[in-house]
Amino acid sequence: MRRALFLLPVALFMVLVAYFWAALHTDRDPHELPSAMIDKPAPTFALTGLDGAPGLDHAAFGGQVTLVNFFASWCVPCRVEAPLLAGISEDLKAPLYGIAYKDKPADTADYLKELGNPYQRIGLDESGRVGIDFGVYGVPETYVIDKAGRIRLRFVGPLTAAALANQLKPLIAKLDHS
Amino acid sequence: MRLAAFLFFVLLALAGPARAVEPGEMLANPVLEARARAIGKELRCLVCQNESIDDSNADLAHDLRVLLRERLVAGDTDAQAIQYIVDRYGQFVLLKPPVEPATYVLWFGPLALLLVAGAGTVFYLRRHRPEAMEVSAPLSADERQRIDRLLGEGDA
Repeated sequence: MRRALFLLPVALFMVLVAYFWAALHTDRDPHELPSAMIDKPAPTFALTGLDGAPGLDHAAFGGQVTLVNFFASWCVPCRVEAPLLAGISEDLKAPLYGIAYKDKPADTADYLKELGNPYQRIGLDESGRVGIDFGVYGVPETYVIDKAGRIRLRFVGPLTAAALANQLKPLIAKLDHS
Repeated sequence: MRLAAFLFFVLLALAGPARAVEPGEMLANPVLEARARAIGKELRCLVCQNESIDDSNADLAHDLRVLLRERLVAGDTDAQAIQYIVDRYGQFVLLKPPVEPATYVLWFGPLALLLVAGAGTVFYLRRHRPEAMEVSAPLSADERQRIDRLLGEGDA
């Protein structure tokens, strides 16, 4: 009994060591924040479109699983994920909507002309207010919205093939069948 | 010359960091502006993550400051305005985490550890303190003689 008492601090220390070790050895980026919007309905909004094209509003969500990607012409990592976005809608069998975050419409148009337009619909969020309503804290961010119009996943930073295969695809397959 | 350099560095050290709140953002109503300042100091800039939105020059911090002022002008209480931003960004946005069951460990953990360690120390010291009344056996005549001899060696 007394020996056990003496070992208690050692045991506590080992728990701490295990905790720190685990925290150091994950792929998790400590700057990446959990979203407060998970499982909440997508915010209510209505954005104008580019060059007279229909814009984007919250009515576009629901009924089927949808993807929303926040991007900007001034955003360098957005260029990194652009090739991946090109085929993502077909690959995941879900519409991909774009929200141009704090960008000038002319710059957005140039950006899409240069890199191609992967989006079925685009909304212009020049003030960044819709971004704030989604809890965006940097572009690019990609959201998965389920059939009921609730936000189910936020991916921060440029999408990668690994994230697509390990996170988005399984989740969308699950949401499709629910 | 030395003095000038000295003064320069003293003044440099005294200079506070430039406030990020821009004149254009400020509200004309000083009461509302003061409330916005107080709240802004408590909200984390999500981009820099260790600055308040009041101190940060990040674009998002600017947007949040403007949003905060709009909420206050619209008649929100301080708590409502803060909740509005917490709803979107989670409790991480609060520089000072609220005291609630999920954060009890954070708030009271160090105190609990101190108490446990303190109690352990007291317990340990109590048990191992030499008994004050415990006096070693008196020297025998033999031992006394030997000591006298050793001590007395010098002036014998």
